[in-house]
Amino acid sequence: MIYRAPPPSALLVEPLDAFTAVFHRPSGITHLLVPPAPQILAVLTEGLTREALMQRLAAEYDLADADPVALAARLEELVDAGLIRAE
Amino acid sequence: MRHRFDVRIGPAGFRVGSDWRAPVEQLAALYSDYPKPENGVPDFTVRLTAPRPWRRWLRPSVAIAGDYMLPEAAPLPLRHGLLAAEMAMNLQMALGWRRHLLLHASAVEKDGRALVMSGESGAGKSTLAALLATRGWRLMGDEFALVHPRTGDVHAFPRLVSLKNESVAAMAAEVGEARWGPLLAGTPKGDIRHLVPGPAAIAAMDTPARPMLLVFPRFGFAPAVRTVPPSEAFVRLTQASTNYTALAEDGFKALHRLVAEVPSVAIDYPDGAAALALIDELVP
Repeated sequence: MIYRAPPPSALLVEPLDAFTAVFHRPSGITHLLVPPAPQILAVLTEGLTREALMQRLAAEYDLADADPVALAARLEELVDAGLIRAE
Repeated sequence: MRHRFDVRIGPAGFRVGSDWRAPVEQLAALYSDYPKPENGVPDFTVRLTAPRPWRRWLRPSVAIAGDYMLPEAAPLPLRHGLLAAEMAMNLQMALGWRRHLLLHASAVEKDGRALVMSGESGAGKSTLAALLATRGWRLMGDEFALVHPRTGDVHAFPRLVSLKNESVAAMAAEVGEARWGPLLAGTPKGDIRHLVPGPAAIAAMDTPARPMLLVFPRFGFAPAVRTVPPSEAFVRLTQASTNYTALAEDGFKALHRLVAEVPSVAIDYPDGAAALALIDELVP
């Protein structure tokens, strides 16, 4: 399965503190995200499998103890929130 | 409508029409120093009407109608007609205003910088704003703070200050009788009295201010101050805004800018004097 985030032009991303505020232009909905959700959105602008996403997050964001089960849960949440698509 | 009253409060022009003379006469007296809508054209129209024709005379009661309405709003007795008018005007702003991000908050200004106070009903934002207005601050509004989506400035909406229950007596000691409206006893919100903002607040109502501090007050607790992180302020203010969703991207940008640029604090206070002392410490 390929996971894909909207193109950068579809999102306004504003880091606040531990939270990042994201405005999703197509839906007009505001989301408040905590890591690794903003990083997932950034990496998934090109569609990736979960395994490929795991590698990219580990390489680019130093997620040494990345947990595949936790990542699957985060991806499911982002799909449910309408922020990424599973194809 | 048989009786009519026009007024401009900050950037918003209103026309109030009424089946009865009394509410319009009270509005005209209390808003006597306010300007009329720009070019005579109001932004909003409000109607105070009888829910049934016989209710104009027989146990008269006032239903609110206007450009924007809440279907479940219950009629008020005619003796509370002034409250009905104020509620109707607030409702038009809350549901219809689009030129600014509208925060359910009071605001006061000093030296061009604004203190914005947002809280649930009963948090004391009206009382605090009215108190600060007797201590050298300019009242910008007790109900809505208008944040300009481009500049980030706070614009004033200095309607009559609506004070409830114990706050009425507390403020009566501070402000002379001439600036008070009638006591509206036993309303759904308790005993209410409206206070006319001072001449300086009305004269300067077209002058915006830079927000300098966001305050989330809570009445009835021992004095305490807590720094509020931007994300918490962001969430609280999306909930305190009546038009955040309607403004879409402009609302997001305006609110993000506000919480990113302006520090936020939550304050607990047991009484007005303690609140004033806390604010004096925060804004020396």
